[in-house]
Formats: sequence, C-alpha cells, structure tokens
Amino acid sequence: MSYDVHIWLNVAAFVGAGLSMGLGAIGAGIGEGYTAACATSAISRNPEAAGEIFKTMLVGQAIAETAGIFGLVIAMLLLFIETPDPSYITVATFIGAGLCMGFGAIGPGVGGGFPAGEACTGIARQPAMTRRLNTTMLVGSSIAQSSAIYALVTALILLFSDFSALPLSPTWAAVLGAGLACGIASIGPGYGEGMVAGACCQAVARQPSAATVATTTMLLGMAVTETTAIYGLLVGFILIFKTFTVTSALAPTMALLGAGLCMGIGAIGPGLGEGLTAQSAVGQIGKNKDNSAELIRVMLVGQAVSESTGIYSLVIALVLIFVV
Amino acid sequence: MAIEGADIIKAAAFLGAGLSMGIGAIGPGVGEGMAAAKACEAIGKNPKEAGLLTRTMLVGQAVSESTGIYSLVIALLLLFVV
Repeated sequence: MSYDVHIWLNVAAFVGAGLSMGLGAIGAGIGEGYTAACATSAISRNPEAAGEIFKTMLVGQAIAETAGIFGLVIAMLLLFIETPDPSYITVATFIGAGLCMGFGAIGPGVGGGFPAGEACTGIARQPAMTRRLNTTMLVGSSIAQSSAIYALVTALILLFSDFSALPLSPTWAAVLGAGLACGIASIGPGYGEGMVAGACCQAVARQPSAATVATTTMLLGMAVTETTAIYGLLVGFILIFKTFTVTSALAPTMALLGAGLCMGIGAIGPGLGEGLTAQSAVGQIGKNKDNSAELIRVMLVGQAVSESTGIYSLVIALVLIFVV
Repeated sequence: MAIEGADIIKAAAFLGAGLSMGIGAIGPGVGEGMAAAKACEAIGKNPKEAGLLTRTMLVGQAVSESTGIYSLVIALLLLFVV
C-alpha cells in the first residue's frame, strides 16, 4: 500500500485547516461572550446608556473577532491553495501553518474581549467618559491582537515560501517548530495584554482624572507583556530562514522541533504573569493616581522577574538550534 | 534509513530538554506575575510600606523562580551531559 505526496498534501491541508479554524474559534468565542455578558449587565445597571453600550459592544466584539477571522483565512487558504511543486516539506508547512494560526488566535481572542467588556461596564458607570473609553478600548484591544498578527504572518510565510530546494530532513521539523513557536507563544501575551487593557478601561471609568497616567501605564505594561510573543516570532523566523545541513539522523531534527515547542510553551507563563502584574498596577492607579511612580517601578521590577523563565526558554531554544 | 539507538536517545534528550524548559516556564511565569500583582495592589493600598512590600515580593518571586531554574538545569543536563 503506497501513498504519493499528493494524498499526504491533502491530508495535511485538511487537518491543518481544521486545526486552524477549530483552535482559532476558542479565543474569539470566549472573548466576545465575556463582552456580551458585561454589556448585558451594564445595560441592566444603566438602561439609559443602552445605545452607547450596544455600539461599544459591537465594535469591541469586532476587534476580538479579528483573531478568529485570521484562523478562517488560513483555513480557507489551506483548503484551496494550489501547490505546483509539492514535497513532503509542504506537508509539514501545511500542518505548521494550521497549528500556528490556530494556537495563535486563542490568546488575542480572549484578550480582546476584556477591554471591550470593561468599556461597556465603564459606560454604564460613567456615561460622560464614553468617548475616552472607546478610544482606550480600541487602543488596548488592537495591541492585544498584535500577537495574532505575528501568528498570521508566520502562517502566511509558511504557506507561500518555497522550501522545495531544501533537504526534507531536518527542514520538516524546522517549519513545524516555527509554527508551534510562534503560535503557542502568542497565547500568554494575547491573554495578558487583554487583562491590562481591561483594567485600564476600568480605571478610566472609575477615575477620569487618572485616565492619562493609567493609559501610559497600560501601554508600558503591554509592551513588556508582548516581549515573549516577540521571542516566539524570533525563534520562528530563525527556524524558517536558517539553512540547515542535510542530515538523516533523528537527533538534529528533533532538536529543531524541541526548540519550537520550548519557546512556544515557555512564553505562555511569563505572558500571563506579566499581564496580571500590569493589570493590578493599572487598577491601583485608577484608584489613586498619586502612587503612580511607585506602582510603575514595582510593576516593571515584578514583570522583569516574571520574564526570567521566558528568557531561559529563549536560551534553551537558541542552544537547541545553534549549539547542539 | 536506519535509525540507531544512540540517535533515538539523543533525539529524545533534545525533545525532552525543550519540553522541560517550555512547560517548566509556565508555572513560575504565572506565579511570579501573581506575586507582583498582589504587591502592586498592596502598595496601592499602603504606599508607605513600599520598600518592605517590594522586598517581600522579590523574596517570594525568588522562591517561585526555583522550579523554573530546576527546569533549566534539567534542560541543560539533557542537552550537554546525558
């Protein structure tokens, strides 16, 4: 019983498309549900602001939806893409692209829901701040989507690059590892940044005079939270663009797959933890902005310590790629 | 393509190193973030004790870091020693 490469290509495209859309639907579903839940309780608290709350809910949900739409785009591309010169590397890139976009959409989808939900709650509490809340929500949830964009970029590079000149082994592991690194690495930062942006919307509604310093702190905290997603993107790009020497041995191949998994999974914890830290800092600034300098300092120190395990993962991933 | 036993062992060690550090980084990352989050909350409520609270946070995070360092050690052992 023998199968030629076209059959495996179809298998990979269909499995990849299923993973991309299936995993990709988790985040957006939860995030938008959270937004709708917040909007519902906000309208019950302040029915007069129902129109504004409804508008904000829809805009916020649309942004949280982007990650899910990216998953749909990659799934569609996988289903209908034409490959003139298929090889077994293409099989691996299809699975890699599907996993990358599927995992990559989870965090940003959930994260995008938090600022939208808190903005709805905030409008009910402080209708005068509607414009400012909408701006904060848009900025916050757009930044939370950035790691989904990294995953989309990596998935598109995997789908449309020409790997046919490269040796099958270890390139198949490199492209699969790249997809995993970039996709899984976006879960934590996407979720974490959403929590920060949610806390900022809460702070703006709670104490309008603290809006500026809360937004600055939010941007700072989100930037630090983003770092581990950038490590994932970095490892993904190294795995895609570095040329590896031909090998028939299993060990160097598995080292590349291990590097991708290491950086991808290793970025979840720091992303979530740094998000939690910045969420609390922004929340406290919303309660009392006089302490903002002290709070920003402690937030950055705490985030730096939380980052350490992400850096260990990066080191191990780079050792797996370049040293062993 | 004949795969030798030593090759499989090396492959498993590399994959294990990646998984050890990757999965091992989740806990400390989240835990240290929680510690820092509570420290921020506490400083917001009682700014006068900021020094004491920062010190406590750092000690707590250092303890929480230990399992991350164990993962790193195991990963390095798998890469270079075993």
